[in-house]
Amino acid sequence: MLLLLILLPLAAALLALILPWHQGRSWLLPVSGGLHLLLAGFLVAAPEAGFGPWIGLDALSRLVLIVTSLLYFGCALYAVGYLDLRRDRGNRVIVPCLLVFLAAMTLAISARHLGLLWMAVEATTIASAPLIYYNRNRLSIEATWKYLLLCSVGIALAMLGMLFVAYAALLGGGVPVNLQFDNLLAGAATLSRPWLHAGFVFLLVGFGTKMGLAPLHSWKPDAYGEAPGMVGALLAGGLTSVAFLAILRALQLMVAAGDGVMARQTLLGMGLLSLLVAAVFMVRQPDIKRLLAYSSVEHMGILAIGVGIGGLATFGAMFHLVNNALTKGCLFLSAGNIQRAYDSKRLSEVHGAIATLPISGTLFMAGFLAITGSPPFGPFMSEFTILRGIFGSGRVGVGLTMLLLLAVVFIGMGATALTATQGEPVKLDTAFKDSLLLVLAPIVFLLLVLILGVYLPAPLENALRDAAALLEVQP
Amino acid sequence: MSNLLLLIVILINFFTLGSARLVACIRAVAFQGALLALLPLAAHGLSGHALLLGAGALAFKGIFIPWLLLRAIREVRIRREVEPFIGFVPTLVIGALVTAGAFIFSGFLPLAPEHQDGLFVPTALATMASGFLLLITRRKAITQVLGYLMLENGIFVFAVLLSTAIPLMVEAGILLDLLVGVFVMGIVLNQISREFSTLNTERLTALKE
Repeated sequence: MLLLLILLPLAAALLALILPWHQGRSWLLPVSGGLHLLLAGFLVAAPEAGFGPWIGLDALSRLVLIVTSLLYFGCALYAVGYLDLRRDRGNRVIVPCLLVFLAAMTLAISARHLGLLWMAVEATTIASAPLIYYNRNRLSIEATWKYLLLCSVGIALAMLGMLFVAYAALLGGGVPVNLQFDNLLAGAATLSRPWLHAGFVFLLVGFGTKMGLAPLHSWKPDAYGEAPGMVGALLAGGLTSVAFLAILRALQLMVAAGDGVMARQTLLGMGLLSLLVAAVFMVRQPDIKRLLAYSSVEHMGILAIGVGIGGLATFGAMFHLVNNALTKGCLFLSAGNIQRAYDSKRLSEVHGAIATLPISGTLFMAGFLAITGSPPFGPFMSEFTILRGIFGSGRVGVGLTMLLLLAVVFIGMGATALTATQGEPVKLDTAFKDSLLLVLAPIVFLLLVLILGVYLPAPLENALRDAAALLEVQP
Repeated sequence: MSNLLLLIVILINFFTLGSARLVACIRAVAFQGALLALLPLAAHGLSGHALLLGAGALAFKGIFIPWLLLRAIREVRIRREVEPFIGFVPTLVIGALVTAGAFIFSGFLPLAPEHQDGLFVPTALATMASGFLLLITRRKAITQVLGYLMLENGIFVFAVLLSTAIPLMVEAGILLDLLVGVFVMGIVLNQISREFSTLNTERLTALKE
């Protein structure tokens, strides 16, 4: 069943390679995305998906799976309209790559073997490089090169971390040395400490590069800035969640080995640094998509802080993962529309977006309010929960620093977002219009975020609680 | 036997760091990859797993990837040459220092008794460090790919220590990822040279704050 979920997009990718028909190829995306979502929903709702030695779902991966699948379906629907606008570019490469990307993400989410997890994450890097290069100009080449090289080297370091964990098992002698995650968890107490610590650090650095935690984020503004809107949404909401899941696996291992404190401190430090870096670069940012990229760095930082504190904040971080993915979907897709309409993403040309493009402009504005944690949107609730967790655990300094940095981010992001959206309507010389396909997905994402802000459904709450529980000390 | 192989691997690191000729560098890294293919056999004796792992490494690291790179430079017509940000002699000195550091550092690491005397761990660390050095001190994009390959070679050396722990399917997947990764990098290289009529990554500086 789970295997089908991975093979389905792969089969669709093969079909896309041989299909000679532009529209048909585009529609393959939402069709397989929809099937993927249906199947994923079914699997997530099933009481026990069972644990194979290689792939399986636990509470953490269920959460990431359903979020990623939902985001992908929305982006796939948007892609039909987007690719129709850009018929000159063609979709012979982008459609198969998007589908392989989905398969690789699903494999990474469901992997129960560290080697398989590594393979899948590396495959996401390779599959997404052509997506970033879609526009085929100098800037997108540069972004793609940085992305490929930095992420590949990062992932190579994660591989070393994985081998260190294996060596810890070899030296500890308590578990069979085979990198099967459940085996490692069960025998975590016997792992050799120095090697396990080194392994954690390398895993954090490697997957942290992929997730875009500062100071390893330098590819992010370039890649998100130059990639098409829906690719940005998938990277910022989907891929980062997958990389975060990989880091959480390393954290789980450390917690099981009784070394959770060290791991959490490291995550907390990187999280605060990410917030700081994002805040600094967001002020006076003249490019709306690079702004969103720094916002992604910021929210990865918030996730790391939440998990770093533990307890209630971990629950908040799980909730924030959902909110971040959906809000980023709304923001990147509407920013993509604005860029299409103005033929630019720089503030020197983009202003008066609400008056010019009522729907996309309003969506971008509302998305900005949501992502900076304004009530009544979901991110407000999750950030509030994280902050409550921080103050509740007595870390007043951390809490105040975070509040201060969030305020700076709000002001910095607000300056750019307001300039882009407010003002007189502009006469556009592009033929772009807000069409149903191009605004439906961001509207739905925004509505979902709005609903999550006022009402947390019980099944979701339970899912979040179960996921958070996996990161706490187990008996 | 495996120690002799590993010594040659370290010598190749130095050769690559000091060489100004791109083709020679690619051949050296290819030769290093081919040598690594013998390592599982030397370390674990003749077994099916070791044979297949060695064959995979030989095919990908020793033959196919270097062939891709040689073809790439033929297509974009660059012969000369490696252009370093810092000179060859300083690079070699730094390379020697990090290699010495790798040996000293691995002396402190807690190792299993059977790995105590081998050169596996220091060689792995030294090769990784040399690859990293290549990656950050050279201007040409293709030399950066070579650095990445050397880094991967270093990790492979470490992985051989544990090759019984990692299922063959995963190893094959890892090698395949590497191959496809280099393939995609090759395509991007081609586009860089078409777009900028050079392979210097110095030109790739339009995107910054």
